[in-house]
This record gives sequence, structure tokens and C-alpha cells, in this order.
Amino acid sequence: MPEITEWRDRIWRYRLIGSRCGGCGSTYYPPRNSRCLKCGGDLEEVELPRRGKLLSYTVVYQAPTLYKYSTPYIVGYIELLDGTRLFAMLTDVEPDEVRVGMELEATLRKLYTYGESGHIVYGVKFRPAVG
Amino acid sequence: MKTSNKVGIYGYGAYIPRYIIENSVIAQVWGKLSTPIKSKTFPSYDEDSLTIAYEACRIAIESSGAPRDRIGAVYVGSESKPYAVKPSGTVLVDALGLSRNTLSADFEFACKAGTEAIQAIAGLVSSGMIDFGIAVGTDTSQGRPGDELEYTAAAGGAALIISRADDGVLAVIEASNSYVSDTPDFWRRSGEKYPRHLFRFTGEPAYFHHIISSVRRFFEEYGYSPKDFDYAIFHQPNTKFPQRVAKMLGFSMEQIKPGLLSPIIGNTYSGATLVGLAATLDVAKEGDRILLASFGSGAGSDTFSFLVTDLIEERRAKPPLKAFLDRLVTKDYSTYVRYRGKLML
Repeated sequence: MPEITEWRDRIWRYRLIGSRCGGCGSTYYPPRNSRCLKCGGDLEEVELPRRGKLLSYTVVYQAPTLYKYSTPYIVGYIELLDGTRLFAMLTDVEPDEVRVGMELEATLRKLYTYGESGHIVYGVKFRPAVG
Repeated sequence: MKTSNKVGIYGYGAYIPRYIIENSVIAQVWGKLSTPIKSKTFPSYDEDSLTIAYEACRIAIESSGAPRDRIGAVYVGSESKPYAVKPSGTVLVDALGLSRNTLSADFEFACKAGTEAIQAIAGLVSSGMIDFGIAVGTDTSQGRPGDELEYTAAAGGAALIISRADDGVLAVIEASNSYVSDTPDFWRRSGEKYPRHLFRFTGEPAYFHHIISSVRRFFEEYGYSPKDFDYAIFHQPNTKFPQRVAKMLGFSMEQIKPGLLSPIIGNTYSGATLVGLAATLDVAKEGDRILLASFGSGAGSDTFSFLVTDLIEERRAKPPLKAFLDRLVTKDYSTYVRYRGKLML
């Protein structure tokens, strides 16, 4: 069942838990279970900073079934304050408002809902920084 | 009621969604001439009472520096839980990184579920069973299209972290009082999407009777009067009711002004008085005394007195509620209908 996989991933989805290399300091999100891609060093779990800026984005109009209710939505390429780069959905910003370079912060939102079971999957999205 | 050991608010946070709809727009759709408020918030398509609670809790924890590993209870008051059976608090525990050795439950008492959670947490903290607890009031309340409730049923929430006063609190809970009676003013049966209400029960036998009974008994028991308070927050289902009940109890419009948000954000149900309290704490100073009186249909009212301490400056919510008010964006009825799930694919 896909819900089981979702449940196993919930902590890093809820809390921006990533991996940091003890050797070269590289960070990864989602977290990696193996070794650092750059230097082969050991990785440790780390909570990543919640703030960052938007490097690039795309607006999705044709979405996978589970995301259809969200269209049009924006997927951003984001650089966090510690330099970690990741892809995430944006929220609280419309396609005509989004700008490269805008300050963003992580929040928790509904990602999608399984139609038959009604199971809600929550996860990190990014919104324009408040305050 | 007084706790055996002094307890208070260690930290607080409030959150409202970005989107509002003008009452005039709803009135235009349904051909109504007058409206109870100016506008109301509504959740984005990806928000619910749990995500609102998350925001409020996160702000409360990060602004106050509350130790996550010492939080021993997460009680969520709401009448719009995402699941009928599955607690919201367990998601909050994992999403906020709290200790899993914690109590967690959802409270329901229409619009006063949040203050009921405060009472329970205060008792647990005072008794020493837990060190810190989080009480949340959060809702994405429902209004049937065209019904009176559609004009006011809004979304928002706030969280209070309660601890023993000797742990250092920004406001001491001096005393409280609760008053309930069987009053069928408003209800939602299991499986129903929208609540129903008995129109003429809403005001006098429900809202006014319970708040006035609770506050007057509180005054008699502890010797307070309206002049002892710098601020007051009353449950705010619309603009008129809190203003009228304040006047009936002897409070001025100045006393309720910082916490009266319903004209712009609507009735955030379980969140209403707690969001009002957060907005009041955002401007309060050391030594200020704040009265809060909630109301929940069915019906009941909780009254509290809070005395603000010198820790208020360093523990204020960051961002304050005003930051969320400043980002509000007006949407049309069709967007509101879609985001509220009234149009299903």
C-alpha cells in the first residue's frame, strides 16, 4: 500500500530532516541512507534551516492524479540558508506573484489525499517568508 | 478555579490563512442586504485545522524557546478535525519534533474547545504530572452555502504553552471559571458536513447567558471588576456580540479593541478567543491584566484572568499576528468555494 511508504517517510517530510557529510559538509534533502556523493564520507542526520530563497521554479498544470486538486501549483528549486538545495512545492503564492530570489520559509501543508481511503499525507511546502 | 501551584503562559503563537473573502461578495451571491462582518479568512486548498495548529505551535515554541523534550501534553481543541477518528496531536508531535512520551488528545466543545484544553493543561502542569503542555484552539469552520454561518465561519488558530510560574512565564493564570448548561443553539451530527443552528437561541440563551454567567461568577468568586483589567477578549462570532457583551459587563470598547479581530478575520471558532489573546499579548506590557471569556455552543463559557510579567518582551510571538494580517489577500467566491472543498472533482 502506498500509504505505508508515506508513513515511513513522514519524519523527513514533516521536518526538513536531511543528511550532512562528516567529511566535506555536503548536505542532502531528502536524506540519503548511503554515503556522500561528493567525497564518500559518512552521513549524519541533521535538521535543515527552514528559510531560504527561490533559485528557479516551474508551474505545473498537468499533474499526477493525487495532485490534480492542487493545479496550477508551483514547484521551486530552493537554496536554504546553509546552502542545501532542494525541490519543493510552493504555497500561498500564485503563479503571477512568484519571483526568483524571493525569500521563502518551510511550512507544513497537505500534500494530497488518497481518494478511496481518505488518508491525508502532510509534508513540507515553502511559502513566502512572513515577518 | 485556582491551581494549587501557580501556572502561566510560557509562550504563544497564532496563525491565520492568507485568504479572505468579503462578506459583500457572499451577500451578492445569495441576495442578502446586510452582513455581520466585513470579511473572513478561509483556508487554502492545502490547509486544515491541523496545519493551522502546526503553525501556531511552531511559532509558540520557537519564539519562547520552550524545551521540546519537556512538553508532556498536546491537546488540540477543534470542531473541524481532519479526521473524525485519528488524533491531530500525534501528527503535531512528530512534525514539531516533540518527545513521544507525551499525552495527546483532541478536545471538542464547539468554539470553546481551545480554552477547555487550557484548563486541562493548567491542571496537569500545576499537579506536577507534566512540566510543559500545549493547548491549541484551531478551526476551519464550516458554513452551509447561503446559511447565516457562511458569512462568518472562518479559519485560524492559536497555541499556548503552559508551564509552572517558577519556570518563568510571560503571563500568570490568576484564576478561571467555567459555566455550562444544556442549550441546543448549534450542533453538527456525526457524518454531517455542515452544522445546524436554532436561530433565536444563538444570542440571549446561548452566547450572552453563558458568558455573562461565567464572568459574573468569576468576579464574585475572586473580587475582580472590569476596571481591574487593561484588556478583555470575548468570543467573537461576529462584530456586534462581543461589543454588546463587553458593554453589558461594564467593559469599554478600548479594553476589547486589540483582541477584537472578527470584523476582518471572521469567527475562527475554537481559535477565536485564543487568536484574540495572542493579538492582545502582542501589545501588552508588564503588569497588564487581561480577561478572556470564551463561548462554546451547546453551551458553555470559560473565563480566565492573566497577569502579564516582565518576560513578555522577550517571549512575544515572532511573527506577531499583525504580520499575518498584513499579508491577507482578497479572493472571489469561486476560489473560496473551490478551496473550501465545496466543489469536488
